[in-house]
Amino acid sequence: MTEGRALVVGASHAGVQVAAGLRQQGWSGEVVVVGDEPALPYHRPPLSKAYLAGTSSLQDLALRKAEFYAKHDIRLVQSTVTQVDRAAQQVGLNDGTTMGYTHLALCTGGRVRTLDVSGIDLPGVFYLRTFADVESIRALAASGSHAVIVGGGYVGLETAASLRALGLDVTVLEAAERVLERVTAPEVSAFYERVHRDAGVVIRTGAQVSAMAGDQRVREVVLRGGERIPADLVVVGVGLVPNTELAAEAGLYVENGIVIDDLARTSDPRIVAAGDCASHRMARYDRLVRLESVPSAGEQAKTAAATLCGKERPIAALPWFWSDQYDLKLQIAGLNLGYDELVLSGDPSRDRDFTCYYLQQGRLLAADCVNRPRDFLKAKQLISQGLGVDRAQLESAAAAS
Amino acid sequence: MSVVTFISHDGEKYETPLEEGVSLMQVAVDNMVPGIDGDCGGEAACGTCHVVVEDGWIDQVGRSGPVEEEMLAMNPEREPNSRLSCQMRLSDSLGGLVVRLPEFQL
Repeated sequence: MTEGRALVVGASHAGVQVAAGLRQQGWSGEVVVVGDEPALPYHRPPLSKAYLAGTSSLQDLALRKAEFYAKHDIRLVQSTVTQVDRAAQQVGLNDGTTMGYTHLALCTGGRVRTLDVSGIDLPGVFYLRTFADVESIRALAASGSHAVIVGGGYVGLETAASLRALGLDVTVLEAAERVLERVTAPEVSAFYERVHRDAGVVIRTGAQVSAMAGDQRVREVVLRGGERIPADLVVVGVGLVPNTELAAEAGLYVENGIVIDDLARTSDPRIVAAGDCASHRMARYDRLVRLESVPSAGEQAKTAAATLCGKERPIAALPWFWSDQYDLKLQIAGLNLGYDELVLSGDPSRDRDFTCYYLQQGRLLAADCVNRPRDFLKAKQLISQGLGVDRAQLESAAAAS
Repeated sequence: MSVVTFISHDGEKYETPLEEGVSLMQVAVDNMVPGIDGDCGGEAACGTCHVVVEDGWIDQVGRSGPVEEEMLAMNPEREPNSRLSCQMRLSDSLGGLVVRLPEFQL
């Protein structure tokens, strides 16, 4: 079963991990990875962090060096897959040619959610998803003085911190009543609003953008209600749309993402999927979950590769995430879906290190750990064990150690 | 050519070329050394690239920094010479370096 051609769509974190995993698990046939960007496959998380701030280099960004692909006989093809023909077991490429497969891995990731307002196409307005996006932002940041970030999620806040480090005046506009509203407790949102304000960033919540205004390039961001905020540079970070069209058009089961089981299989046994494009039914949370997370993409990809090689390696790792802003390293263990109680260790209204534990019926569900790596690792264990937790111990223990 | 050697928990040896300026984790990942995951890409955020530096090399390699130390502190396989390999930059002076891999990464 390890012969023939394994075709990976998407030269993403998941895609490259599937290819590497196939070789590690003994796939003896061809491995082809099709991606649409010109650069060697690279790490995306540092784009809004160290790479934008200028503290890491292009060499640091590459997932694997060029020789890796040659040495392990993994063929990288720069092209765009436009169609999957499951009956013929082939994909169509945008140059009109086709490529056959014996097994297919869909690692198509996602694309930025766009903002539908007038002036969005003006020069100086950027989204942040690719290496090319960051190059453009960096080039303009060198001469500009006032940046406006639309969206107070992790990408928006990381971008704000990085641009602040480059010396720009930064304003963050968030449509909801608090930053990180979708993903954290109010206490954690308030913490990040405080540290950004302390760093000189203007944070505006409940701020809805109605237009970008300018002439040859963007000059102002216009809010609903008419207020105009000066801008030399605008970065829009309002979420991600999973790239599921190929799968849906091929008749695979799609629900928010390409639905996969514990072995990363789609509804077609010849096709696996992994990463931001995949919706996995997680027993731990009893629901379909689509994660935008590098660790999760890697975990699913390792499983997908094993599955294609005829081995059983169920997706099992606890989801986790991280975010770097200023001197703050946030590590998140688990998903806080459906929490009914919060326990705080440390004081987020005052400190620069604390942990926010999310409980459900007395069990630990998730933890947001700011500059608390020990709490993070401990929380990963406690969540995985699924036992009841001692609240007093959570509040004090790791903090004191 | 300078090399570095990884010894797995069950004694298997993996010799890889030393690449100057690159982290030990990246060298392991590029050469598919089993047992080094490097999930976070080298930000000392995940703790999945733990190695134990062989006695005799630790002074040249150096001990863990503060963030790294916190990540190692909770590890049950922690040893005095433990490091996160993503935080170890290779230079020519480390030719011949030997590190051991723990049984499990976090």
